[in-house]
Amino acid sequence: MSTEGHVQHTPEELADLAKKQLASLLSKNEPLKPKDRLAIPPQEMPAQAPKARIGNMSEVALGYSAEQAKLESLRCIQCKNAPCIEGCPVIIDIPGFVKAIAEDDYQKAIDIIKRNSLLPAVCGRVCPQETQCQEKCTVGKSLKDAEKSVSIGRLERFVADWERENGKMKTPEVKPDTGKKVAVIGSGPASLVVAADVRREGHAVTIFEAFHKPGGVMIYGIPEFRLPKKIVQMEIDTLTAMGVEIKTNFVIGRTRKLRDLIDKDGFRAVFVGTGAGLPKFMNIEGENLVGVFSANEYLTRSNLMKAYDKERAHTPIYASKKVAVLGGGNVAMDSARTAVRLGAEEVHIIYRRTEKEMPARIEEIAHAKEEGVIFHILENAKRFIGNEYGCVTQVECLRYELGEPDSSGRRRPVEIKGSEFIMDFDTVIVAIGNDSNPLIKQTTNGLNTTKWGNIIVDETQKTSIDRVFAGGDIVLGAATVILAMGEGRRAAKSINELLANEK
Amino acid sequence: MNKILSRRQLSENVYMMQVEAPLISSERRPGQFIILSLSDDYAERIPLTIADADPAKGSITIIFQAVGKTTKDLSRLNVGDSIANLVGPLGNPTHIEKFGTVVCVGGGIGVAPMHPIAQGMKKAGNKLIVIIGARSKDLVILEDEMRAIADELIICTDDGSYGRKALVTEPLKELCERNPKPDLAVAIGPPIMMKFCASTTRPYNVHTLVSLNTIMVDGTGMCGGCRVTVGKETKFVCVDGPEFDGHLVDFDNMMKRLNSYKMQEKHIDEKECKLDSEIEKARTHQ
Ligand SMILES: Cc1cc2nc3c(=O)[nH]c(=O)nc-3n(C[C@H](O)[C@H](O)[C@H](O)COP(=O)(O)OP(=O)(O)OC[C@H]3O[C@@H](n4cnc5c(N)ncnc54)[C@H](O)[C@@H]3O)c2cc1C
Ligand code: FES
Repeated sequence: MSTEGHVQHTPEELADLAKKQLASLLSKNEPLKPKDRLAIPPQEMPAQAPKARIGNMSEVALGYSAEQAKLESLRCIQCKNAPCIEGCPVIIDIPGFVKAIAEDDYQKAIDIIKRNSLLPAVCGRVCPQETQCQEKCTVGKSLKDAEKSVSIGRLERFVADWERENGKMKTPEVKPDTGKKVAVIGSGPASLVVAADVRREGHAVTIFEAFHKPGGVMIYGIPEFRLPKKIVQMEIDTLTAMGVEIKTNFVIGRTRKLRDLIDKDGFRAVFVGTGAGLPKFMNIEGENLVGVFSANEYLTRSNLMKAYDKERAHTPIYASKKVAVLGGGNVAMDSARTAVRLGAEEVHIIYRRTEKEMPARIEEIAHAKEEGVIFHILENAKRFIGNEYGCVTQVECLRYELGEPDSSGRRRPVEIKGSEFIMDFDTVIVAIGNDSNPLIKQTTNGLNTTKWGNIIVDETQKTSIDRVFAGGDIVLGAATVILAMGEGRRAAKSINELLANEK
Repeated sequence: MNKILSRRQLSENVYMMQVEAPLISSERRPGQFIILSLSDDYAERIPLTIADADPAKGSITIIFQAVGKTTKDLSRLNVGDSIANLVGPLGNPTHIEKFGTVVCVGGGIGVAPMHPIAQGMKKAGNKLIVIIGARSKDLVILEDEMRAIADELIICTDDGSYGRKALVTEPLKELCERNPKPDLAVAIGPPIMMKFCASTTRPYNVHTLVSLNTIMVDGTGMCGGCRVTVGKETKFVCVDGPEFDGHLVDFDNMMKRLNSYKMQEKHIDEKECKLDSEIEKARTHQ
């Protein structure tokens, strides 16, 4: 990883440096040529120093200063074909908003983003830009290093934060009431987009959320140090201000059946955005020992129930010394970094393939390393070993090597026979992915799903049941915030069309 | 927010509350439970079985023992106060049909969730035998309610202060030896009691259901914190249960998992912890 080993600058140093760089750039007083733009140094994200941040839950990345944002936006050469847009799942006019930042017109920048994305402050922080817009960026290509692409995500975050921190967030206009009701199940990103888009058309919207707080994975999964909860809360407040009703503590399938919403409660359409909330386990020996957790449980205790705040929280979280986290995605990084913050002495990530195949965002991997997380690649757990109290004490692992590429194009890990070895751990967090939660399917006849339990939809996001639409992780399998939002937008459009055409 | 409509202390630290929850009261079936928490931010979520419901009044009844932080705080709430968060009904309802003779064994607070099941079994036309077990006389709850529906009611106390001085497994064994033997046993109570009920009925091949009350967070299958080993398979109590074939449940693993946080809860409630483990020790020795 390129971030490894380099000296981290303090936020003040970065801001100062940017001021000087910008002054010298603008002192030339002539239009910048592409060559000049490519020569501007990529702006490093200011961050809390590793030693400090492992002792708190506050956000790690602190956001660009105005000068940094300007410099970074000036790096964009405004190439005609704009391949970045192709890389964006919701087709944001990226060169457009980047140019607006370069011209110091932040309002215009955020307006351009918001035409296509409802949650820029979230997406700017959690999107895997390096495999989306930034992977295609011409600047990165010209510099022969994708990590030197224009930092589109950081710029997105910059203007979204500017909007929020300066009180510029507007409650979108809502058309006059149509008297038609729409139910939205779940309150993750897919659902929030549906609620906003459908409400804008004047329809009454009720969100039903199983947990006591809305926001989905953005609230209970992704930790505070990566996505401050108050950002998510403000988005939800905007929805409430638009007149969206949110019913928490409401499990569709249990408190009320999906079909009853339409048949008895008068909802004209239903959107199912219940996410991929069924933790996968490995089905190996010792998995139910005390001290073995799903990442979902570990993270929910810490994030939703705030168990990290040991003084105030009533929810306990396991006190660990040596933690093994199995997996290589964002969920694994979040679990490992949470364990570090909760005071574990050693945290190890164990992953079957190599770092190149890790699905986690590059920045999360780098941050985890800076925080002292130890990476074991080409290894996997074979069984968990416990003591007489039924607590996990050791993990038996197996080494792997990379074989032929599989259907996903990633080289398949092949186990090395006889390579077993044992490591001591008092905690194991299983973060190998999520399947879809079967509750809605089990309690709704006629709802077609794949054999993995994902709801099947057509190109308008409609399910096999009339008036019922679905999107996000429940359709895609565990995916991303931005893809969930994209599906939500499409579903909202279909719902709005359906309702527009009837009395 | 769910308003508390009535509150009654049943024994030293056992409380019964009627709570406003109109939708839950009409949807719930015997065997299901709710999860509640007392505030949005720092509170713990705990599962409690629904002991009864009154759809006309839009209320459910919960019965709980004030042992942990949350149940103690809950016990201090009064009529008119509200429970911040309450979600349900969760879990699968008990499968109720005419089996023939059904023995319902309720231990301690487990008598509460047993009541609606016993009621259902009776209504379905079963011969209903109820065994209530408690440590002592003043801890026996719902005796009148059970007497009203049971064809036969047996009360056991550990100290002999009421009914038979016996563990519930004693009369259960006798019933299994009767001819005809019971067609079904349902046991709800402390894990150790359910474990021994299951091992009592096993040699007689009497199918035995147990209702497990594990640690839970969401109650919708999302966290896996509630998982148990049933016949070598991993099951989630909140969505696959809460009732399982007692002959297949790995109770030892379940009890250890229940104690996962005991060490850490210690600083909150050191005394209770010791008490709990001592009782458990005493019971295992019997
Ligand atoms: C730890 C973690 C880290 C992640 N990091 C990233 C990242 O960095 N970048 C990224 O893009 N993506 C990330 N993801 C993935 C991303 O969060 C998800 O793809 C996205 O949130 C899916 O959105 P959704 O709207 O489909 O549902 P979710 O966000 O999963 O929300 C579903 C909601 O529905 C509720 N629900 C479920 N069943 C019912 C029911 N029956 N009745 C009522 N409510 C119900 C749930 O309680 C939940 O609140 C991460 C996921 C996790 C778990
Ligand atoms: S309580 Fe979380 S899965 Fe059962």
